[in-house]
Amino acid sequence: MEWSWQRIPAEYLVTGVKLAQGGKIGARKGFLHVKKGRVESIGAGTPTVEGVPALAADGLVLAPGFVDTHVHFREPGQEEKETVASGSRAAAAGGFTTVVTMPNTDPPIDNAGMVRYVIDRGVESGLCRVLPTGAISVGRKGETLAELGAMAEAGAVAFTDDGSPVASGKLMSNALKYARLLGVPIMTHAEDLTIVGDGCMHAGYWSTRLGLPGMARASEDAATFRDIELARAGGAHLHVAHVSTRGSVAIIRRAKAEGVRVTAEATPHHFSLEHSRCRDYSPLFKMNPPLREPEDVAAVADGLADGTIDCIATDHAPHTATEKELQFDQAPFGVIGLETAFAVGVTYLVEGGKLDLGRLIQCFTERPAAVLGLPLGRLEEGGEADFVLLATDREWVVTPASLRSRSRNSAFLGETLKGQVVATFLRGRLTWHQEEPSLG
Amino acid sequence: MSSLRKDVLGLEEMSAEEILMVLDIAERFRAVFDRPVRSVPIMRGRTVVNFFHEPSTRTRISFELAEKRLSADIVNFSVANSSFTKGETLRDTAENLQAMKIDMLVVRHKSSGSAQYLAKVLTCPVINAGDGCHEHPTQGLLDIMTMRQRLGDLRGKRVTIIGDIAHSRVARSNIWGLGKLGAEVTVCGPPTMVPGHIERLGVKVEYDLKRAVANADVLNVLRIQLERGAGTGFPSNREYHRMFGVTEDVVRLLKPAAFIMHPGPMNRNVEIASEVADGPRQVILDQVANGVAVRMALIYLLSGGDPGALASGEAA
Repeated sequence: MEWSWQRIPAEYLVTGVKLAQGGKIGARKGFLHVKKGRVESIGAGTPTVEGVPALAADGLVLAPGFVDTHVHFREPGQEEKETVASGSRAAAAGGFTTVVTMPNTDPPIDNAGMVRYVIDRGVESGLCRVLPTGAISVGRKGETLAELGAMAEAGAVAFTDDGSPVASGKLMSNALKYARLLGVPIMTHAEDLTIVGDGCMHAGYWSTRLGLPGMARASEDAATFRDIELARAGGAHLHVAHVSTRGSVAIIRRAKAEGVRVTAEATPHHFSLEHSRCRDYSPLFKMNPPLREPEDVAAVADGLADGTIDCIATDHAPHTATEKELQFDQAPFGVIGLETAFAVGVTYLVEGGKLDLGRLIQCFTERPAAVLGLPLGRLEEGGEADFVLLATDREWVVTPASLRSRSRNSAFLGETLKGQVVATFLRGRLTWHQEEPSLG
Repeated sequence: MSSLRKDVLGLEEMSAEEILMVLDIAERFRAVFDRPVRSVPIMRGRTVVNFFHEPSTRTRISFELAEKRLSADIVNFSVANSSFTKGETLRDTAENLQAMKIDMLVVRHKSSGSAQYLAKVLTCPVINAGDGCHEHPTQGLLDIMTMRQRLGDLRGKRVTIIGDIAHSRVARSNIWGLGKLGAEVTVCGPPTMVPGHIERLGVKVEYDLKRAVANADVLNVLRIQLERGAGTGFPSNREYHRMFGVTEDVVRLLKPAAFIMHPGPMNRNVEIASEVADGPRQVILDQVANGVAVRMALIYLLSGGDPGALASGEAA
């Protein structure tokens, strides 16, 4: 029977694929049978099911849909940068079927109504499962605890003041303890602003050479350490966002060994790029945390390899071209990352010998799902059919046209990356495919 | 080498040969200053724009004088009298200037990297008159010119730069330029003002002022930016003066022929004692005069001037 990108039937087979499951890539050809958005069956071999159309995706890897614990979709308030709809398109193009949005919108997501607003926008776009986080404090001001209970009930999957660290240790401690009640993690943007001051790039040789104010590693390490100790004392689940320093990786590793309930994420740019990228003052390499030194980049990759860092999260942070045309010290922090995340992982971690492909895929699937405590990131009979088809050896060049975000502030523009997302399916429905899919 | 590069953005990117060429031309312009008529018609009919996005008196006047002595048409615009607001893009400025067909841009901006940015967008030559804490190449060149006048070949000569190295574009341009000419540079200041990894730029770090000056041929004393405020990088002006101020006591430790430079404006009795500032070891006014000559040389070379033409005495 016919099977095409244009008409996806309610029931179909994808055959000839290498299945990515449990950290392994199947050696034999496998298949996925989807029925009404759910996994009917999955396994090795090539079944013939009478009357069910089959897509022969020979040679492609079939993996669970990716889960990103950290994106900025800017809606409401900064729709010129991104909306939930445009961000969802970028997510689908990057193989993501679930994203966790940050609450630093305008107004911020600090009450149940705002949580529902973001969820509704996500349902409306229908390209991605959009799971909001709520702010820890009212207005993200770091003063008063927001209504975490009401927000959790409305669907918030975690709480964070991301973008602004929670300066008050007491407030952070209370948030951690209180969130225990709700069974959701507190995410920390670990940064001590009293150390960072007006810093705009990593404090090191390049900041000295370029004459730009530096952001010392200590600002991240001190905050990571504080929040881990607060989580330890409160018996709470702390999730450390965008880990970028060798020191923080070590602090998290030790805390995990000691049984603290801490999880962590790292961004693609922090396991691939170094601070020397700032040498031409391009704000496309200005992010927070900043690009750091080779040993930090290696430590983040090692942390992902040994499980100290649980998952890869993009910290997808869209900004307009006008904002990123400002001078380095004036431009806003942040880069987009959804469309390039998997390819950066293949190019730098798999090709770089740090992780094998199966482990890399876990960092995008089971592991972030486990951080959130949600039944996602796996393909199991009866479960929702969120999956991606990957051409893991295919090379492509990152161009503005290859990005689906409303913004174009990628740190990888012009780079040739290996590993392409060929198609993305959410609940069995196609949300993205390469324009001219050459399968296999 | 018939002319210089398109832009002068920093001494980091200039070779020793280029630096020496600029200094040789500057010496010839310097000679013009003692004539009754100090201007030459080299830049007649060409427009130079002085764009000062940060307050400046000395550098701006020095550039203006250099341009006037080359008979250029001059347009000045600065933050105070333009519509610039915080966060406005330099790109708009650059495109406007490009459309107006100017012949050269001199730019001072508070953001490091802004001169590079403008040079990329504009087809005309750009001279960096100071970008953030990054570089101040004309100051670096005039400092080196002043040193060379007294010391000749700078290879093996010892230069000690004292002050807020972290925030100093003067220090960075000195470090790059002096390094290329083979001088040995030591930086000295409180550890709060000496940025990490500065040794990788090829300098020695010495926190003890007495040790830092003992073998120096030149002290380059940086201005402490009082507007940054005492109390964070150093406790007070008085304590800075006590620990890092160049006083008569410090001068007594110097080699007999060693001399003292300061890029101005001075904070008397903070980084330099008043007696030293007025004393026999300082060469500050030479620096000022050389500044005009260096800027004339750069403008001349960047506008396509032939280094050889001046040698024959034709232009000057």
